[in-house]
Amino acid sequence: MADLLTRSHPLEPYLTALDALPDGLRVTAEPFVALAGLRVDPASGVQLRGAALPTTPNTWVPAGDGRLVWLGPDEWLVTSPGTAPEALEAEVAGVLRPVGGVAVDVSAQRIGLRISGPRARQVLAKGCAIDLHPRVFVPGSSAQTTLGQAGVVLLALDGRDDDAEFAVLVRSSFAGYLATWLLDACLEYADSAPTS
Amino acid sequence: MQLIECPWCGPREEVEFHYGGQAGVPYPEDPAALDDVQWAQYVFFRDNPKGRFEERWSHAAGCRRWFNAVRDTATYRFERVQRPDTTQAGTR
Ligand SMILES: [Zn+2]
Repeated sequence: MADLLTRSHPLEPYLTALDALPDGLRVTAEPFVALAGLRVDPASGVQLRGAALPTTPNTWVPAGDGRLVWLGPDEWLVTSPGTAPEALEAEVAGVLRPVGGVAVDVSAQRIGLRISGPRARQVLAKGCAIDLHPRVFVPGSSAQTTLGQAGVVLLALDGRDDDAEFAVLVRSSFAGYLATWLLDACLEYADSAPTS
Repeated sequence: MQLIECPWCGPREEVEFHYGGQAGVPYPEDPAALDDVQWAQYVFFRDNPKGRFEERWSHAAGCRRWFNAVRDTATYRFERVQRPDTTQAGTR
């Protein structure tokens, strides 16, 4: 008899270690989220899940129960924690088809991490060359870039200087690498209180 | 590490980019009419100046778009970058 495959989170083996991170940094695994990649002419003026497609590079906007993330001049990522992947693809494709756009379910590609705390910026900056200053990488900013050696989509959620919050979307197969990278990047903060 | 300005995403780390060789090499109008020497010339031969060079780059780890850049091959300094869909030049 075949065993049934149960879905397991790629970060599960790291959760205990991530829980024990020093003060000033919290890293949690986000629940599975449905993702759809879409390509459409930015001039189409299309509305998705109650939001217009953000045409400013490096931004995201809230849309429905999830987000609409700018990935390129004619490319976006739709996220929705509360929609089934197939349903999200069908919904978005239905909106885009009349204007010549396409949508593809990419839910299995990435998983989400949430990184927050007074030291979040400092730790991210160790492996990421984009300007993460609170005046530059404000809430609503996004970046498809590299963190350590892993390609990520980085989203600024809360920009408070002393307690910033970021979401990181990373390829499932790189999630373990990123978790160990984060654990290593936080080593120097063990047994010390945050200074900022 | 050097930052390269993507015409869309702004300054990003050099490792996010992929080099695409000389810019403005036109595809032959009638490829079938070319003899082997002419075809080899089109496929393999590129300028190799010391100094200003017009090149193609791709923001491989970011927006994945191709763009043109003028770079000094001796100093590695980027003079300007430009979207392929516009003549408007970005400067760094
Ligand atoms: Zn780019």
